[in-house]
Amino acid sequence: MNLEERTAYGDIGRKGLWENNTALVQLLGLCPLLAVSNTLVNAVSLALATVLVMALASGAVAALRTLIPYEIRIPVFILIIAALVTCLDLAFNAWLHELYLVLGIFIPLIVTNCIVLARVEAFAAKNSPLAAAWDGAAMGVGLLWVLALLGGSRELIGAGTLFSGIDMIIPGAQALMLLGDDYHGLLIAILPPGAFILLGLLIAARNAWVARAAAARPAAPHAPVDTASA
Amino acid sequence: MSDAERDTLAAPPAADQAPAEAVPNELTPPASAAGTAARSALLLGTFTLIFTALMALTFEATREPIRASVEARRLELIAQVLPQGDYDNALLTDVVQLPALPALGIAGPVMLHRARRGAEPVALVFEAQAPDGYSGAIRLLIALRADGTLGGVRVVAHKETPGLGDYIDPAKDRATPKWIAQFVGRDTAQAANWTVRKDGGDFAYMTGATISPRAVVRATGRAVAAITPAREALFGLPTGASAGEVFK
Repeated sequence: MNLEERTAYGDIGRKGLWENNTALVQLLGLCPLLAVSNTLVNAVSLALATVLVMALASGAVAALRTLIPYEIRIPVFILIIAALVTCLDLAFNAWLHELYLVLGIFIPLIVTNCIVLARVEAFAAKNSPLAAAWDGAAMGVGLLWVLALLGGSRELIGAGTLFSGIDMIIPGAQALMLLGDDYHGLLIAILPPGAFILLGLLIAARNAWVARAAAARPAAPHAPVDTASA
Repeated sequence: MSDAERDTLAAPPAADQAPAEAVPNELTPPASAAGTAARSALLLGTFTLIFTALMALTFEATREPIRASVEARRLELIAQVLPQGDYDNALLTDVVQLPALPALGIAGPVMLHRARRGAEPVALVFEAQAPDGYSGAIRLLIALRADGTLGGVRVVAHKETPGLGDYIDPAKDRATPKWIAQFVGRDTAQAANWTVRKDGGDFAYMTGATISPRAVVRATGRAVAAITPAREALFGLPTGASAGEVFK
C-alpha cells in the first residue's frame, strides 16, 4: 500500500471515528440505538451487529456497483442490506439465543437505520470494495464507542453496575457491582429521557473539545485533529 | 474510473450536472424508455433472486440450531420452577392443551406440560398471565406439584418499571432471598384468596411498589386455584389431548 492510499485509508478511519462521527456529528440512526443503550452489554452488542452489517453491506454494494443501474440503486441497496440483516438475525437467533431475546426487534431494525443506507449511497457506491468496507466499519466503530460510553454511563448511573447481562454472551461471567449493594439507582438514566440527556452532554463535550482545539491553533485551521496517522 | 462504472452508479453527483432522469449520461447509448425499464426490471429481479437464495440458505442452515435453542431455553426456564432432577420424562412432548380459561388470563389455548418420574405424576407446568401489572400484562410460568403444593413461579415477560416493580423478576431482584421465592412449597388449598399483606394476605412486597407483586400474587392464586382440583384428571389424559372436558 503506497503512502497516498495509506493517507486515504487513515482519513476514512478518522472521519468515521471522530470528525464525521455517526452519533455525535451526523446524528443518524439514533432511534434503535438510544433504545438499547440502557446497559453496556446491550449497547455494544447491537453496535457490533451494526458494524458487521455496515462493513458487509458497504463491501457488497461496492463490489456490485458496476452492475447496479443508477435509476434503481436505492431498491437494490435496501435489498442487499435487508438480506444481510436477515441472515444476521437468523444467526443471532441460532447461536446467541439469549442475546437475541434481549435485542429482539432491534436487529431487524438495523435495516431502517439510516446510517447504513447513507454510507452505502454516499461512499460505497463510488469506491472500491475494500475502501467501502473499511468506511462502513469505521463509521460503525465510531457509533460503537459512543454507544459503549452511553450504555456504560446509563447503566452505571441508573443501576450502579457494569456488564450486567454479560452471562448472555459468556456463560458464568458476572456483572460488576461498582457502586455497592445499597445503591438504589437513578431511574431516569435507564429510562429513555436519560438517553437523550446523556447523548446531549456527549455532543456538547465533543463540540467544546473541537472548539478548544480550533482556538488553540488559529494559524493552521485545516490541520487534522490530533492524529498521527495522517 | 472505468467507463462501465460511469455508465451505472457513478452517474451524476456533481453539482453542476442535471439529475440522471433529465439528461442521460453522454456515454450511455440513447435507449428507449421501455428498454431502460425492461433492463432495470430484469436486473432488479436478478438481484432479488440471488439475495432471496442467500436468505433461504441461511434459513436452512440455522433452522436446526434455532429449534434446539428454543427448546433448551424452554427447558432452562422450566428448570427454574421445577428442578430437572425431579422428573425423567420428555417434558416438552408430554403435553395437554388447556382451553382458554378466564383464570389463566391468556386468550387462546395454553400448553400444559406434565412432569413424571417413572409412572408417578410429579408436577404440572403451565403459563398464566396477570392482566393488571403496572404497565401491562405480566406473563408467568407456574409449576404445580402433584401433592398440591406450589413448585415455583417465574415471571417470563413483563414491562414493569426498571428499578421499582421489576423485582418480581428474580434476575432484577437484589433482595436475598428473592421475592419470588416465597411461592415455593406453598399449600394451594387457599390459593383463590392469595394476595399481598397490604390487602390482608400473607405475601410480602416492597414498599412503594405494590402493584406489580399484587398482580403476580393474585394471578398465580387464580390460576393455581383453577388447576389444582383438576390435577388428577389432567395427568390421566392422553398426550396431546385437549383438556376441554375436564373444565366443563
